[in-house]
Amino acid sequence: MSEPAPSVATPEQERAQERSDDPEPDAEPTAEPVTTGAQSVIRALENVGVEYAFGVQGGAIMPVYDALYDSDIRHVTMAHEQGASHAADAYGIVSGEPGICLATSGPGATNLVTGLADADMDSDPVVALTGQVPTEMVGNDAFQETDTTGVTTPITKANTFSSDPDTVGDDVGEAFALANTGRPGPTLVDLPKDVTLDDTEHEPGEARVPDTYDVQERADPEVVRAAARRIESADRPLFLLGGGVIKGDASAECREFATDHEIPVATTMPAIGAFPEDHELSMEMAGMHGTGYANMAITHCDTLIAVGTRFDDRLTGGIETFAPDAEVIHVDIDPAEISKNIHAEYPLVGDAATVVDQLSAEVEESPRAKKWRAQCQQWKSEYPMAYDTPEDEPVKPQFVVEAVDEATSDRAIVTTGVGQHQMWACQYWTYTEPRTWVSSHGLGTMGYGFPAAIGARLAAEDDQEVICVEGDGSFLMTMQELAVAVRENLDITVVVLNNEYIGMVRQWQDAFFEGRHSASEYGWCPEFDKLAEAFGARGFRIDDYDEVADTVEAALDYDGPSVIDAHVDPQANVYPMVPSGGDNGQFALTEDQL
Amino acid sequence: MTQGLEGPRPEERPRPEGRRNAQGIRIDPEVEAEPAVRRTVISALVTHEPGVLSDVSGLFSRRQFNIESLTVGPTEDEERARITLVIEEHEPGIEQAKKQLRKLVPVISVRELEPDAMRRELMLIKVSATRPDRVAAVTEMYDGKTVDATPETATIQVTGSRQKVEAAVEAFSQFGIREISRTGTTALARGDDRTAAREESPVEYEADGTPTTPQTTHSDDD
Ligand SMILES: Cc1ncc(C[n+]2csc(CCOP(=O)(O)OP(=O)(O)O)c2C)c(N)n1
Ligand SMILES: [Mg+2]
Repeated sequence: MSEPAPSVATPEQERAQERSDDPEPDAEPTAEPVTTGAQSVIRALENVGVEYAFGVQGGAIMPVYDALYDSDIRHVTMAHEQGASHAADAYGIVSGEPGICLATSGPGATNLVTGLADADMDSDPVVALTGQVPTEMVGNDAFQETDTTGVTTPITKANTFSSDPDTVGDDVGEAFALANTGRPGPTLVDLPKDVTLDDTEHEPGEARVPDTYDVQERADPEVVRAAARRIESADRPLFLLGGGVIKGDASAECREFATDHEIPVATTMPAIGAFPEDHELSMEMAGMHGTGYANMAITHCDTLIAVGTRFDDRLTGGIETFAPDAEVIHVDIDPAEISKNIHAEYPLVGDAATVVDQLSAEVEESPRAKKWRAQCQQWKSEYPMAYDTPEDEPVKPQFVVEAVDEATSDRAIVTTGVGQHQMWACQYWTYTEPRTWVSSHGLGTMGYGFPAAIGARLAAEDDQEVICVEGDGSFLMTMQELAVAVRENLDITVVVLNNEYIGMVRQWQDAFFEGRHSASEYGWCPEFDKLAEAFGARGFRIDDYDEVADTVEAALDYDGPSVIDAHVDPQANVYPMVPSGGDNGQFALTEDQL
Repeated sequence: MTQGLEGPRPEERPRPEGRRNAQGIRIDPEVEAEPAVRRTVISALVTHEPGVLSDVSGLFSRRQFNIESLTVGPTEDEERARITLVIEEHEPGIEQAKKQLRKLVPVISVRELEPDAMRRELMLIKVSATRPDRVAAVTEMYDGKTVDATPETATIQVTGSRQKVEAAVEAFSQFGIREISRTGTTALARGDDRTAAREESPVEYEADGTPTTPQTTHSDDD
């Protein structure tokens, strides 16, 4: 047990108080002055309003944890540092403020790597603070030494090795500012133990990005004008919203623009929720498992207004056949995304909300696209996302997703693992609000869902349900975090779409490897409901259609973590599907079309 | 059949006429051609701090940019270093390389140098000294300097453009080359022109949105 925090002033402080002729003895108590590097680290976090941190203790990070002991920042001890990184990531997505994760040196830091790579791919704001061996031992292969900045350079937006107790707090403030300025992303500060232990009186200054870092907010007005003329004269305009719309809080601006000018809207997966999916103009998600109508619209549009997307290959399919008739208006805060994968005729570098407003102000008349809108509606009826529910077959996973959606509010938050269940959670849940969809897009990290639900829960409002749609395989990767959810009594409902398969792999094997199920069949699976009970959570099980509604209701009613082990059709497949590198317009609706 | 969805089959759907090339640029399929690759010099002013060089080299290898040489050294300002890169890429690749480089936090400014920029490299070449007179003649021909001589070997320093250095290697090869060490190209813009200034001008675009960049190939000067 470490020394308890002094709640009363030491005799020395009392003497100092007596000597001072403070005119306002009743004034707000100001924070204790910083005395060590570690305290400066925690002060920097407090200064920027951090409320939660997720992590695991260990040798090299102990001084930081010791300083955290006196802080109002609430620390959530996770079962595994990977869990800490995903929880921080989801916290960042839901709250819009960087999520904080802490780990010790060596294995603690390497366990964060998956979560940092995930955050980097999805541009999620995360700050990682890692312990490091004392400076003088660095380079000697000391106990639990890993070159953490070396390992994480390619998967962070920026990282730094702190070498001075006087500036370590400023390093942390800068990492926080960088994580959330311009295009967000993960940052890391490596904290050698001597630096955090050493004395300093230096209070960290204002958290700010370095002078070398600048962000362009407004797009070139001349290009805006040219793009506006293009939109006005478009016959087949389409909005494509990307994750940047959510990150840049531009959903309202995009919504207004699209509805004012009656332009249909497709989204990428990270942008789910940026435009209400129940709106007439919504084509929903495009790409590999996007709707048939979204992919038809992308393939046939003549003007693509793409906002905050990096044109990932899961969206574009083969580049040659992506929106091949379209002139592209590309809005992005990161100039390096412009014309990286898809050439932009109208490059608009800037903040999504600002640039969409610029465009809005410039577009004088709506495009005459009545015929196009009718065509989009026709595609919606030609390619419905319908499925059968024969009584003599196991429960369809799509049915379970729809049932949970129906039983929850519009603002419910969904987190997922990676696989078929993730795609059904995209396709069969109707999202209407930004920051309610929390998933691993670019990296496709199995195991993301449950720790993400913990971070999402702590960032969400009390009246927002947090639902974690999991696969049996994905849940097994990080389900030990149930211990944390139980300890913290977090109200999370896990829905395991249990097909006793690593189903997405099985689907690909059936389609592309002659049905040879190499290492994709379990043949055995733990009973997740009982496992949940063993952790101290509530466990439920679904085997039949008539159990679905009541079980979902009971699990949602329980105020704490619960797990529904939903045994679903192991043969169900995800469609539509554009095979890797394929033509979006040629999506397959059945296996024989692949 | 519970597997899959209803709707027109792929072959029943209308297909668009256009196409893009591998760089994502819309093209006329009839006249499709691979974009030309060119060699160019990129100069980056960076903060002089540990890790910048590995950030830059890591970026180039991770993104598979075709890099011919990379040099780094101090500048007139002790807090700044200059990195000079020679890369060989098609036009979109060069644009990407510049933008990705600019994104690194310690990078202050990035500039692609004009074809007439001054480019130099230094080579140390060690050859067998069996024919000292001939070695001296070749050394003189390439404005070289003998920096070490023993009964067995002569080491000559040659500076100049990449072409000149390569021609020198060719000329010295008749004596039997023992070892070569080359610095790679370093460069500065000519005259009043700043190579990579503190305040760089943003990428300029034509009204239709295409960035205006020098299209000419660098002709090595000397
Ligand atoms: C960490 C990680 N390892 C492997 C994969 C490859 N992979 C993608 S989907 C998948 C199967 C996922 O199984 P499950 O979680 O049960 O989901 P299902 O597809 O059955 O719904 C696998 C192994 C991955 N995405 N992430
Ligand atoms: Mg599964």
